[in-house]
This record gives sequence, structure tokens and C-alpha cells, in this order.
Amino acid sequence: MTKYLILISLLASLLTTSAFAQTKAGDVTNGKRLYEKDGCYQCHGYVGQGGTAGPRLAQIRFPLAGFIAFVRNPPSGGMPPFRAKVLSDQELTDIYAYIKTIPEPKAAKDIPLLAQ
Amino acid sequence: MDQTTDKTRKSDRRGFLKNAATGAAGLAATGPIAMAQQATLKPETGSNAEVTSNQKPGSDFMTDVLKSLGFEYCAANPGSAFRGLQESFINYGGNKSPEWITCCHEESSVAMAHGYAKIEGKPMLIMAHGTVGLQHASMAIYNAYCDRVPVYIVLGNILDANFRRGNAEWVHSVQDAAAMVRDYTKWDDAPVSLSHFAESAVRAYKIAMTPPNEPVVIVADGVLQEEPITEKHLRIPKLVTTAPPIGETSAVMAAAKMLVAAENPVIVAGRVARTPQGMKNLVELADVLQCKVMDTRMRMNFPSTHPMYGSNGAVIAYPNVSDADLVLGLEVQDFWGILNKMTGLNKFGMETEPKTKPGTKVITISAIELNHKSNYQDFFRYVESDLAITGDPEATLPELTEAVKKLLTADRRIAIEARGKKVAELNRQAHQRDRELAAVGWDASPISTARMAQELYAQIKNEDWSLVGNDRFASSWPTRLWKFDKHYQYIGTQGGAGIGYNMPAAVGAALANKKHGRLSVNIQCDGDLNYAPGVLWTASHHNIPLLTVMHNNRAYHEERMFLALLAAKYDRDPSTSNIGTELDGPAIDYASIAKGYGQYAEGPISNPNELGPAIKRALEQVKKGRPALLDVVTQPR
Repeated sequence: MTKYLILISLLASLLTTSAFAQTKAGDVTNGKRLYEKDGCYQCHGYVGQGGTAGPRLAQIRFPLAGFIAFVRNPPSGGMPPFRAKVLSDQELTDIYAYIKTIPEPKAAKDIPLLAQ
Repeated sequence: MDQTTDKTRKSDRRGFLKNAATGAAGLAATGPIAMAQQATLKPETGSNAEVTSNQKPGSDFMTDVLKSLGFEYCAANPGSAFRGLQESFINYGGNKSPEWITCCHEESSVAMAHGYAKIEGKPMLIMAHGTVGLQHASMAIYNAYCDRVPVYIVLGNILDANFRRGNAEWVHSVQDAAAMVRDYTKWDDAPVSLSHFAESAVRAYKIAMTPPNEPVVIVADGVLQEEPITEKHLRIPKLVTTAPPIGETSAVMAAAKMLVAAENPVIVAGRVARTPQGMKNLVELADVLQCKVMDTRMRMNFPSTHPMYGSNGAVIAYPNVSDADLVLGLEVQDFWGILNKMTGLNKFGMETEPKTKPGTKVITISAIELNHKSNYQDFFRYVESDLAITGDPEATLPELTEAVKKLLTADRRIAIEARGKKVAELNRQAHQRDRELAAVGWDASPISTARMAQELYAQIKNEDWSLVGNDRFASSWPTRLWKFDKHYQYIGTQGGAGIGYNMPAAVGAALANKKHGRLSVNIQCDGDLNYAPGVLWTASHHNIPLLTVMHNNRAYHEERMFLALLAAKYDRDPSTSNIGTELDGPAIDYASIAKGYGQYAEGPISNPNELGPAIKRALEQVKKGRPALLDVVTQPR
């Protein structure tokens, strides 16, 4: 896992100084539309909760550049690279903006059906 | 039991047939061959005459044979090829032990038997046409075969062409009926006499119940069913089930030495607990070794309340064993896939690498090697183990546990106790992580699968409940969050990944639970239900109490994900993945479907706050002995 994080960080820094620097601020509405249209929800859930097929995206800890780097070059697993022809940097920026709006969940201890 | 000494038994049973006979009354006892001969001589009276008989047909004896095997139920969609048996079961056998269960599809019959066997630990009887019925049943038989579950299948067939009339009897006849499923059944026979039927029927039961348990097939020939009994000295052989195969003693001792020497052994449980005793046996080994047990939940192998229970996280079937220095695999389906990883998407030359640390030892205990077949590839990739033991894990575990106990020194006991505390704490932390993950999307609509699972559990946790469906497609939330400590509380998965299994398996398992007074609940995927929804009617017709909660994501979602991933892989449009995979436009109204089949139903329910009260109302109906269904619109996984 460590090597993947190093790779992602490296790619993130490259992206920050190249094409990625040309993107506009993320459009949340368009991001939500793309998240659903292009199937992000299929593995990660409509609210980024994750599940059997994909990890949680809600409360994502990657910075935008790291997120884009991850999507372009995901580590081994079920997810293929989503290249710019399928999702541009701007579109990924929009999707990232949508993910960032997903509200923080309550702690399990504060949900009666999860408090044990 | 000698049938020929009891010739007067039920002698008047078919008396009405004799009275109803017309010109052929004098020929009643002579059978169809003589009848045909007479017809040639006297065509004016014989050609259209009914063949009647007050003699016992062969199907009566077949009924006695099958009743002797202790079946509680016989599930079938009616078929002319076994009409003799069906008539005998009901009018001669009294429709008791077994009781006839009316199914709307042979796939439902077999999958019901699949679910029933996982609860009851013994087969349910199935009947089907040897041709079209078996063709319907075949996928469900394959699931049961892959899942190592005993199912007892009787096929009707008319082998003798001279006994067939026209129409369906020719197209429903076959030379070798069982051939179609021979690759995924354990044994079959096509008896040519009643005494042969008796012996093969008893043998088939014995074989099905010997681990590895698998389906068996007996062909009930139409002539044998419908012609009068003429064989002398018929008897039913005594059934003696086989003691399960146990691992060879020296190999078991070697395994014990390796387990005691290991610093961090991990047990991976596949299809271990055939019976409740299997769960107890695994708990005893875990108690002695104080090591993590990863239950892949192919069976209810290990209680989730046990401190050594390590099956947290979403991917229950492929647990993380990276920290182990020894992995003990007990009847694991894809053990290679647990020990190794490969490239995420298929390609030639897929890279693989071990998930385990260098030097990690691997032990397998499995009975599957006793019955490997080659055509269907359910044996998975070859595991390079350090020690492979052929034997039934449930039966082998007590000897292994005793061997481990004898090898434990005082020093090892201290080390193992310390390990146990560490493992228990890690497991507690993993369980807490699952609870926190379940909170994400808690108030979302469509309803999260975690919320659905917990709303259901809240209503049943104080009951004697049994989850009679596969929870994998719901991110295994019940497995991750509920307290399972009884063998009948979960029935595992399909086996062959054949969709269409879950709903009928749930009905079959609920049927098994009925006499025990258990509350059966099922989380039901929409795609699966649509294969043969008529089983909802079977549940209503036979008053099988069962609550079905739909996991309705309005898609064949697994395939939708595959299509989106492949499109992305080829730089093409992933948004087309709904074509051919979605079950929407129009949305299917499962509540109306269930009501049409006689069930109590509500839905669609998209608001998570409405789900709990709806479950409560539905359970009130189930507790009255009626099946109920709630259509819940959910997140994809």
C-alpha cells in the first residue's frame, strides 16, 4: 500500500503543475450527475458509503490531485483506469466536489440501531 | 417389508376404477400387452377401452421405498412422467411423510430442497420429468452440487417405447435421463425392476448423505410405476448411513504440531459445519488455539459472538490472511484466491502474487477430493499446501483438537493465551469499524443496505430467528453486524453462483424452520426473484411463514458493474451499462406481485424512516403463519 501512496503523491504533484492546474473549481451539481451517469455509485454507493464492490468515498481524505491520480492509475483491484477520454480532469474535479459535499455521518454510538 | 405378504392391504383403494370400467372389465388384471392382443381380436370392444386394475401398481411399492427414507416433503411441479408416483403418494401414502409441495417451476423445487437441507441437514425429495422438468431443474442442481448439499431427485421417464402413447410421452422420454446432470450429481441409476428401484433408492440416499454431500438422481420408470406389481418377495433394504471420512491420524497429528508451533495461525472456514456439531467442533479448536477464525459463511460455521471471530469487513469470502504464519483451510471453496491475489480485470498473463508472508505454511482439510469431477470447473485453482488432509472437516476437527491439546506445553499455553487477547482486541476493533461504516449513508434514499439490515435485526433480535437468504449482495451487513450463534441462523450462498436460487432456497429453509417455530427472514435481491417468482405462491399455499425484505436495486447490478468497468477499460462510455442490466422503466412492483401470489405485502419503501414500522407490520402477519414481502428500494450494494 505504501508504494501506491507514494505513486499517487508523485502523480498528484505532476498533475498539480500541468493540465490539472487549468481546471476550474468543481461544479457540485454536475459532479453528482456524472457520479450517477458514469457509474461511480455502482460500486461506491449513491452517497459514497462504499460496500462489497468498492471502498467508501464519503469524507474522502485524498486532496483533489490525489483523487485524480488515483482514478487515472488505481492500484490493483477491480477498478480500471478512467482515462481523460472517459472522464476529463474537469469532470473529475466536479465529481470530487460532489463527494466533498456528502455530510459527515453520525457516530455509530449515536445511532440507536448501531449502538451495542 | 415384504409387499407380497400384504396383498389385501388397501385392496379396495382402486375399487372405484373397477366399477367405472366398461367393456374392458374382464381384461382388468391382464395389463396393456394382453389388452392389445385382445384388442386385435376384438377391435370393437378393445381399442378404446380403459385399462383398469384393482391390483397394486408398482408406484405403491416405490412410495413405500421412498417413505422408508424419512423424507418430510416432496417438492414438484406436476408432470405426467411421474403421475403414477404422485397418485400413489397421495392416495396410497396419505400425503404424509412426505407431504406433497406444489411448485411452479422445477428450479424452485430443487432450490427449495437446497435451502431445506441446509437447515435440516438431510435431503428433501424432488420429482421432475426426466426431460423438460430436469432441464428446468438443472441450474439449481448445479448450485446444490457446488454447495455440497444433498438433494434427492426422482425423475419420471418411460423407457419402453411400447408403453408410450403419442403427444408428450415421446418428447418427454429419454434413453439416459440422468445424463444431462451427471457431471454435477454424485450418483444416479435407472432401475429396471422394483427390487432394483428399492436397492438403488436406498443406496442413493446413503451416497447423498456421505460427505461430500451432493445431489443424487433415481429414475422411476413409467412402466414400473403404472403396471401392477408382479415381482415376488419385494423388500426394502435397510438404510445405514456411512460414517463420514476422517483425516488420516498421522496427518492430523502433523497438522496439530504445525498449529501449535505457529505464532499466528489463522483458520479459514468454508463448508465446515454440516450440522450444529460442526460449529461446536470449530469453537473447541478456536478455544484451544486462541487464533483468528475467518468464516467465509458458506455455512454457519462459527459464532460471530466469539472473540476469535474475525470475519469483519465487506469481503467475507476472501478474508485477509496477510498477517498469518500458518493458514488452515477447512473445506474452502476458492482457497487459492484467499492466499493469492491477481490482476483485478481479466487478461492473458494475469499477474499473481501471494497475499501471505514468505514462509507461511498452508494446511488443507477437505472431503471434496473424494469426488472431484472434471468438466465443470468448480474445483478452483490448485493450492500449493504444505499438508493436505483428505477428510470431512466437521468429523476430523475433534481428533485435531485433541492432538493440539496434547502437544501444548506450559510455555505455549501462555503464548497462546496472550495471542488470544490480541486477536480478540483486533476483532473488536474491526467490528467497531464495521459499525462506523454502517453509519455512512444511514439516512440516504434509496435506503442503505446497512440501514435495511439493522432495521430488520431490531425487530427480530429477541426472537428465535433464522436468516434464510444470502446476504452477500447486501454488502454482508447481517454477517458483519448481527449476533449469530446458532447453526440454523444462516444458510450461506448459492454454491454455483446461479441466480434464481435465493427466493426458493429461502422458502425451503423456512419450511424446515416451520416445525421448529423459528422466525425465518430473507433479504431478497430483485434480479434473483424474477427467475421463478411462483415460489411466492408455494409459500402462501403451504402456509410457510417467511418475511422477505426486498433488496431492490432495480438492476442485475453485478453485471452492470462489470459493463461499466469494461467500458472504462476500453476508453468507452460507461454510462451505457444500464442497457441490458437495469430492471427499471417500468419499476417492477414487487408488492403487487407478492399480493397476487397471496402474500401480505407493502412497498415500494424508499424512506428509511418508514422501513421499521413496515417490518413490524409484516412480522405480525408472519407470526400468524403467513408469508409476507416488503419491497425496499435500496442502494446498489
